[in-house]
This record gives sequence, C-alpha cells and structure tokens, in this order.
Amino acid sequence: MVEWFTVLVVFQLAGEVLSAATKLPVPGPVCGMVLLFLALVIYRRVPDGLAKTAEGLLTNLSLLFVPAGAGVMLHFGVLQHDLLPIGASLIVSTLLTIAVTAALMAWLSRKASGNAPGPKPAAPEPEARS
Amino acid sequence: MTSIADIWVYLSASPLLHLALTLVAYQAGYAVYRWRKFNPIFNPVLIAIIILVTILLVTHTSYQTYFQGAQFVHFLLGPATVALAIPLYRQVARVRKSALAVTVSLIVGSITAAASAVFITWVLGGTRDSFVSMAPKSVTTPVAMGITEQIGGLPTLTAMFVILTGITGAMLGAPLLNALGIKDWAARGLAMGTASHGIGTARALQVNEVAGAFAGLAMGLNALASAMLIPAAWHLIFGG
Repeated sequence: MVEWFTVLVVFQLAGEVLSAATKLPVPGPVCGMVLLFLALVIYRRVPDGLAKTAEGLLTNLSLLFVPAGAGVMLHFGVLQHDLLPIGASLIVSTLLTIAVTAALMAWLSRKASGNAPGPKPAAPEPEARS
Repeated sequence: MTSIADIWVYLSASPLLHLALTLVAYQAGYAVYRWRKFNPIFNPVLIAIIILVTILLVTHTSYQTYFQGAQFVHFLLGPATVALAIPLYRQVARVRKSALAVTVSLIVGSITAAASAVFITWVLGGTRDSFVSMAPKSVTTPVAMGITEQIGGLPTLTAMFVILTGITGAMLGAPLLNALGIKDWAARGLAMGTASHGIGTARALQVNEVAGAFAGLAMGLNALASAMLIPAAWHLIFGG
C-alpha cells in the first residue's frame, strides 16, 4: 500500500517538475497522470498493488473536493448579488456542455464504427432554456 | 479539572478537529446518497459542504482556520489525479479507437462551456468580475485559476464557480443524458469530464469504469484545450 502510494506521489512530483520546466498550461498532477499512463503503456499491465491503491483513492475521489468546496463561504456576497446570472449560467451552460459533448461523441463514434447507413442526427440540445 | 470551554479552545486550535469534521460531514453526505440509492441529486459533496459551511458560520470559524485541518484531505487530490492513469490505461484500446471523436467532441465541448457561461452571465446582467471569472468554470481548479488571472478575473471567485459547476454536472448530468437517450458510456463519461472536471469524474467512476476513464481523460484534455483557447480567444474578441 505505502509503496504504491509512494509511486503515485513520485509521479505527481515528476509531473510538477515537468509542468514547471516546460511551462505547459497543465497542472502537475495531470502531467503526472500522463507520465504514469505512459509508464503503464510501456510496462503493459497494472501491478496489483497499484490497482488496489488507486482504487482506494478513486472510490473516495468526491471526498477530496469537500475542503475546496467549503471555500464557497468566502464568496456568499457575490453569490447573493449576482444570484440569477450566476445560477442560470452554471446550470444552463453546464447542461448545454454535457449535451453537446455527449451527443457529438456518441454520433461520431457511431459514424466511425460505420454500422448505421444513415446515422441519426444528434439529440437536440436544450438551447431553448437559455 | 479542565472545563468544556478549555477543551474547545484546545481543540479548535488543532487541525484534528476540522479534519474530523470534514470526514464526518462527508460520511453523513454519503449516507444520504446511499440511502437515496445513489440518486445523483443527493450529491455527497454538496451535502457535506452544506453541513460544513453551516457549522463554520455558526461557530464563527474562518475558512483559513478550517483549511489547516482540511488540507490533509485536500492534499490527496494530487495523487488521486495521478491514479486516474489506471482506469485510463484499462481503456487504452477504446481510447485509441475513438481518438478523433474524442478530440473533436472535446474541443467543441470546451468552447461551448466557456462561451455559454460568459454569455449567459453577461446577458443576465452579471458584474464584470462574475462573467470574466465564469469563463474557465468547467476546467479543473488550478488551471482555471491560472486562466482567470490571464483574462482579468478573480481566481478565488473562479474556484467557487468551478466547484459549483462540478456539483451541478454531477447532480444533473445523468438525468439529462438519460433524457437525451445517450447510452454510450464513453460519450457519457467524456461529457461529464469536459463539463464538470474532477467532481463529474468522481460521479462517473462511481457508475461505470469506462465512463470514469473517459471522464478523467476529458478532464485532463479540457485543461489543456481551455488553457490554450480561452486566453487567446479572449484577447481576440475583447482586445488587449
């Protein structure tokens, strides 16, 4: 467990170094994810211990957002002042993005697999709501 | 003999209290989520945040004091993000096969997220701080804060929008995708990761491993795409 956690932290560190050295606009942990992914491609399998450690962290991934989330309390003033524009924007824009991305991806994947002679047009987007 | 007040003074100065509070609040949120049969509307992060913020406000505890304890949980976000390489590796064959579809959908989704967020906030009369800081709302927090700085928004305001966007997507994404009849797990995951980054990814991982892998991939790619597109587009459109 600790040895595989060490692997994750070391890859994160390598990612931070890579991110800082190349000035890539990607945070260190995401660079670390890419590095670990490449290492797994080369190694050609996921070691059992690493799989278990990763599972332990990822099944509780949503817990890890709670401390940052409580930071909402710092901006109650802005939220109150701009409640309608902020609320509407968060809900409509997020749903629109999910609909557009999923419909496009589903449609392109179906087209690529080439089984449907006349692919159905992508599902309508809830644009009317804005 | 020490009084209750003395114990309180001692505890509130120690990071342990707020670490424990964070874990207990999440357990309470998760218990509700499980009790409601993992219905996404009962998002455990949102419930935990409501409990925590209420307690912090009632006890007049500052966020800085709270974070001294909560940072131990917060720190694990880094290694957990690295660990997303594992579900991604397990889906490597599918990802390679749909590389073009992923790229196109991601870029379109990324532009949709930023453009619609800024437009809606602006058109409904939001202040400049609000609509500028809204642009990178679908991007994972550290990158979103960097982008907002480049275009003249407020990084901490952006951090709040990012969290609220993640929770919104995690709560409403699944019902929306069901209503649209999209059953492809890769498409569902990609959409959740693009629109609502890590919180959307966390929800996707709870539901399906393919969706989780594509969500983690989308979160990383959207960070890259937005960091390159948003500042460039902003200066092109608004000058400066």
